Amino acid sequence: MTTLRRSGRYAVLVLLALVFLIPLLWMVITSVKTYGDAQRIPPSIVPNPFSTHGYDQILGNTANPVLRWFLNSMLAATLHALLVLVTASMAAYALARMRFRGRGLLFALIVGTLFIPPTSLIIPNFVIADRLGWLDTLLVITVPGAASAFGVFFLRQFFISIPAELEEAAVLDGANQWQIFVRVLLPLSKPALATLAVLSFLTNWNDFLWPLYVLFSPERLTLPTGLGLLQGSYNTDYPVIMAGAVLASVPVLILFVAAQRHIIQGVSRSGLKG
Amino acid sequence: MADVIEVGAAHRDAPPPAGSKTRGGATNRGSRATPYLFLAPYLVLFGVFGLLPIIFGLWLSVHQWDLQLPNRPFVGLDNYKDLFDSDSAIYGDWWSSVRATGIFTVFSVPLLVAVPLGLALLLNRSFPGRTFFRAVYFAPYVLGVAVIGLLWRFLLDANLGLVNRLLGAVGLPSDTPWVTDVPWAWVSLVGVTVWWTSGFNAVIYLAGLQDISPELYEAARMDGANGWQRFRNVTLPGLRPVMLFVLTTTILASANVFGQSYLITQGAPGQQTRTVVWRIVDEGLRDNDAGRAAAMSIIFALALIVISIVNFRFFRFRED
Repeated sequence: MTTLRRSGRYAVLVLLALVFLIPLLWMVITSVKTYGDAQRIPPSIVPNPFSTHGYDQILGNTANPVLRWFLNSMLAATLHALLVLVTASMAAYALARMRFRGRGLLFALIVGTLFIPPTSLIIPNFVIADRLGWLDTLLVITVPGAASAFGVFFLRQFFISIPAELEEAAVLDGANQWQIFVRVLLPLSKPALATLAVLSFLTNWNDFLWPLYVLFSPERLTLPTGLGLLQGSYNTDYPVIMAGAVLASVPVLILFVAAQRHIIQGVSRSGLKG
Repeated sequence: MADVIEVGAAHRDAPPPAGSKTRGGATNRGSRATPYLFLAPYLVLFGVFGLLPIIFGLWLSVHQWDLQLPNRPFVGLDNYKDLFDSDSAIYGDWWSSVRATGIFTVFSVPLLVAVPLGLALLLNRSFPGRTFFRAVYFAPYVLGVAVIGLLWRFLLDANLGLVNRLLGAVGLPSDTPWVTDVPWAWVSLVGVTVWWTSGFNAVIYLAGLQDISPELYEAARMDGANGWQRFRNVTLPGLRPVMLFVLTTTILASANVFGQSYLITQGAPGQQTRTVVWRIVDEGLRDNDAGRAAAMSIIFALALIVISIVNFRFFRFRED
């Protein structure tokens, strides 16, 4: 490649990077402005003055308990990810490594539901959650989404790729299926388990539609659904709304930076082998 | 798929029948019930929130099911008929939401298939900083629709938003009503979605590009093919299975659009940008008519399943 073409490529890459980053930077910059500064025309690029107004409003506010929403989201996303890991890994192990009656049919059924848009099940799922008495609780935003077929499919494909010979030694030592699963298979599957955990956490943390309709009490909301209330109460006070958006972004951005390779590989793998 | 299942099965012996000698003198690895015990926790979840809702949804759709009333009479196909009867009360709102979802899907899908392919081609060669750029383009996708929605509602604000101010700074019109009038509202919804999700499809394309054998490019080069010809004759055919995946998942995702229109345009102007998913949850969970909403959901799901099947057929046909 010639130097000219190479610098041309970098110019395009940098320009695109700006398109992707400037909106996110603007969110952070606005969150540390005063109300008046955010209204200025033309806009100030450096906040003048720096202000914690946005964060003060949302953190010291009892009508919109933002910290509570943050903790609700954290708890729900963590429990959800754990539930997916435990149930999906056990099911995937049986489907990948054991022979039993009805296995083919069961697997086809699970994969088949991947083709049904989850939004089309939202009404019956709502009525089921209502019958269980789960509406407006932590359970309703943690458990139903964990029935996803994706985790089982993803882990099964990974388990199949692990050579069976590695388990044979354990069998000779007299290990039972549970011991093989916990001591041999799971330790070998750490990258896949980590990927699934991160993807499940992200999905649950960011979920908007379902919690919007199944949670009612202000203190029960998750951060994404609470942000809607924040917008309603602060209307054009964008520093406050952007401070809330920053708060909802920080955990997933940290997770993304830490597990970037895993997330991107997980996405590409699930796409190609899906 | 079947061969994959068998490869997995070949590694494992069936649990030995009771009393038979086990291999290598090992103790019994588990009874007949073992697989089902491993499956049980997932199957409880899958049964209650995966399979039951499908059957229950069909049941709801043939009843007049008001969430607030105890009496829920069987109405046969009336809920479905209402969706196609121009005299019914919901006909207008329903088809307006179908139109909104259709417009969004028709404009967003081609962009979400093409733009990420461009990004992937740009990122495919190895060069210093590649991982950084890949992460930057992917980053918006890890933020949820709630954050994206509020952020762009602000950026597209006609008076205070950065978009109009930047346009004004370079001498372009600076008073475009991005979120309150058509066609601007559509440009906004599609544009934001392309910005938000292109990185996701680009990563899938990148993985696909890495699976194309470098020898094919070598051979094409030897035959004197230029860059465009190599793209047309090597890259595109090599990406076909990946493109099928991207196209199908993108159509599904676009047809399910909700958060963007709920938060950015808030359905405006009028209800013109109110989408099918929004209409379904409003009908069922705000107006309490779960039967009618279930009928809408089923029509919606069937339409999407048909589109997916047509995609697969079309691509397989082209491959022959």
